[in-house]
Formats: sequence, structure tokens, C-alpha cells
Amino acid sequence: MIKVKNLHKKFGGLTVLDGIDEHIEQGEVVVIIGPSGSGKSTFLRCLNLLEKATDGEIYVDDEQINAPKVNVNRVRQKMGMVFQQFNLFPHLTIMDNITLAPVLLKKMTREEAVKRGQELLERVNLSEKADAYPAQLSGGQKQRVAIARALAMNPEIMLFDEPTSALDPEMVGEVLDVMKDLAKSGMTMVIVTHEMGFAREVASRVLFIDQGKVMESGTPDQVFNNPQNERTKLFLSKVL
Amino acid sequence: MTGLQVWWADFCGDFYSSFIREDRYKLLLDGIGVTIKVSLLAIIIGILIGILIALCNLSRYKPLKIFGGIYTDIIRGTPSVTQLMLIYFVIFASVRLDKWIIASIAFGINSGAYVSEIIRAGILSVDHGQTEAGRSLGLSASQTMIRIVIPQAVKNIFPALCNEFIVLIKETAIVGYVGLMDIQKAGDFIKSATFKPFMPLLGTAVIYYVLIKLLTLALRQVEKRLRKSDIR
Repeated sequence: MIKVKNLHKKFGGLTVLDGIDEHIEQGEVVVIIGPSGSGKSTFLRCLNLLEKATDGEIYVDDEQINAPKVNVNRVRQKMGMVFQQFNLFPHLTIMDNITLAPVLLKKMTREEAVKRGQELLERVNLSEKADAYPAQLSGGQKQRVAIARALAMNPEIMLFDEPTSALDPEMVGEVLDVMKDLAKSGMTMVIVTHEMGFAREVASRVLFIDQGKVMESGTPDQVFNNPQNERTKLFLSKVL
Repeated sequence: MTGLQVWWADFCGDFYSSFIREDRYKLLLDGIGVTIKVSLLAIIIGILIGILIALCNLSRYKPLKIFGGIYTDIIRGTPSVTQLMLIYFVIFASVRLDKWIIASIAFGINSGAYVSEIIRAGILSVDHGQTEAGRSLGLSASQTMIRIVIPQAVKNIFPALCNEFIVLIKETAIVGYVGLMDIQKAGDFIKSATFKPFMPLLGTAVIYYVLIKLLTLALRQVEKRLRKSDIR
């Protein structure tokens, strides 16, 4: 589904991604772990073109999406993104946050979008908040709305950029629960996180990225219980 | 008669000769009309120019950026009286337009420079994550700007814009320089007829104050509605 070939990203003189090759199959839940500054988030942001790769190729469904004349907006509609800081639109109600993109991009009529919005809010247990504004919600609720907003576009892939890192500890669980449900439903997901327990439980594959390279890749059992790479061992010894 | 009674009798006499005799209040009423007319048109022109210049300043295209910079620089660096007279007596000297329209254009050009800076700051004040969220949903850059960034920017800059409107209204008190009879000029006219400066100047000040007070109250209502989404 996603193929990444020799991906490089430089910010000025700083090399953040140093040649990443990766295949992500349909229905896989790939969890990316690694120390801060290792390039995890940049990798994710390159996938939906929020960052422009310096070199290398990214294919989604066999179409190269970082080629010059690609319609970036159409590519992004296939990929939902959930941010660390939620980034809900504060001037819109929860329902309008969810329906804005599908209606504006003519994927649904207003009525269809509202109906879908209600389904999604039910799925994240926030039906009663449809008419509230983001400022009235807790962090965990905001992040669940952000997930619903991304799902409203019926994406093929969901990208999560440290979705629980900005949350108070007691709210992490409710967001992870929603993500677990989503994984069970067969959604293809790429998740950058520091929640090792979650990675162990939900991931079909774990990638350890350090210094802009994939240092280790395997099932949670392989990576957590029997890491081969020295850096992986060092990192896990600090976080587990 | 006590001193107070003498003063009061003087005051009333002064009031009568300044405003009532020869229907002089009508001068002020006409003046209010001129001030409002000039200010309103100038505010509209100022907002339009302000948006254009702000877009120039935020543009990635160098010549536009330079143009925006020079415009703001020149307007802010010269007195508005000078600008008004230049535009009226030089640039529009041979153009047949109503005086008040030319004056409005002059004030609009002036205000546009300040409004553009307010708008630019407003757009930059919206968190970049908002743009990223919009783009990640598949919205285009302009859809993101119009539906997500600008509505939030407007809310952020509203108080600063109101302030600019108020400054602009008071600034129009110099239109007498090009022969328009606004509130200030009407007051001056009465003063030169009665030779008593106190009452016409007091009247002028009160009228400006009331006008601006009413505007402030109205704008505060608008701001309240804009802040609707801040409720917790």
C-alpha cells in the first residue's frame, strides 16, 4: 500500500532522514518508536507531504506521490492525520470540525456529512458534544474528535503523530482505546508513539528509528523481547 | 448675583449665540454628516487596501513584497495632512470627483497601511498547526486560508481594527484643509463668527466623543458574537 524508497530529508545542513526503505501493507498497524529527534515524526510528515522529501520516492497504491505534478490535495484525502496538538478548528463546533472537509471537497452533501459525523462521534463516545466548541473539551476528548475528523474523509490510511504526548496521563487511555478499535476494524495505521505498552499490544510491526534510519523492524515480540541492534537495546533499556 | 449665577448666565448666552442664533447648530449637523460619510468610505477603502497590501507582504513573490514594504514605509513616514493635501491638490487636481470622495480616498490610502500591518499580524497569529490540519484533510491552500485561518485571524485582530477605525474618524478632523465642512471645520466657522472659542470647541469635542462612544458600543457587541466559540 505504501512503498518508501531511499527517503532522505535534510533541513539545511541537518540530515533528519538518511535513507529509509519501507513497505507498509494494507491493514498493517505500524508503530514507530525511537528517541526524540530521531526523525520519526518527519518520516510520518513526509508520507502525507507536509514535509517535502529531499530525495527518494514515496508510492501510495503504486502512484508516486512526491513526483512534481501530483495533486497533493487528492493524495492527502486518502490519508488521515492526527496531530500531537490536536489542531481542532477552535472557531467551529465539533460537528463543523468533522463535516468541513467532506462537504467543502464535495465528497458528501451536508446531510450525509452530518449523519456520518454522528456515527463517528458515537464511535468515539462523544455524541453529546456535537454542538460544543473545542475550548469546552478536555484534551482526551479533543484528540478523539480529531480522530473522528480525520475518519470523516474515509481515508485508506491513518497517520498518528504522537497522539497522546500532549495529554494528561489519565486521558491517554481513552484515546488509545479508540485507536485500538480502529486497528481491530482493519484500518491501515502508522503511529509514532512513546506508549510502549500500546505498541506491544496493537502493533503488527514495530519500527525502531534512530539517526534517520530504520535500525530495527519486526513484530512487537521480536523488537521488545529480542532486539538485535545495540541501539535498540540501549533505547529499550531506558524506556521500558 | 453670585459668581456662579454670572457664570451660568454667560454660559447660556454663549450657548445661544454659538448654536441657536442664525441656526448655527445646522452647520454642526451638516458637519456630522460629512464626517460620517468621509469616515465610512475611508474605512471601506482602508480595509480593501489593507487586505491587498497584507497579501503583498505575505506573498512569496519578491516584487509584491517590496511594493508592500515601500507603501507601508512611505505612508507611515509622512503626516496625514501632507498626504491629504498632496492627493487633493496634486494627484486629483484635475479629476472631477466630489471633494468628500477624494478626501475618503486619501484617508483610505493612509489607513490601508496601518490596516495591512494589523491583518498581517493577525494571519501570522494563527497557529501553523491550523494550516497543517486543514491541508492534511486535503483542503487547498486557499480553502485553508479562507475557511480556517482568516476567520480566526479576524477574531484576533478585531480590537486592533476597531482602534484603527476610531483613530481614522478623529483623523478626518483635518479635512478642513481641503475645504470640506466637517464637525471640526463647522466649529471653527462658528468660532470665527462669535469670536468666542470655548463653546464651539466644547461642542465639537462632545460631538466627536458621542460619535465614537456609540461606535465603540456597537463594535463591542460584534466582538461579543465573534467570541462565541471561546466559551468554556
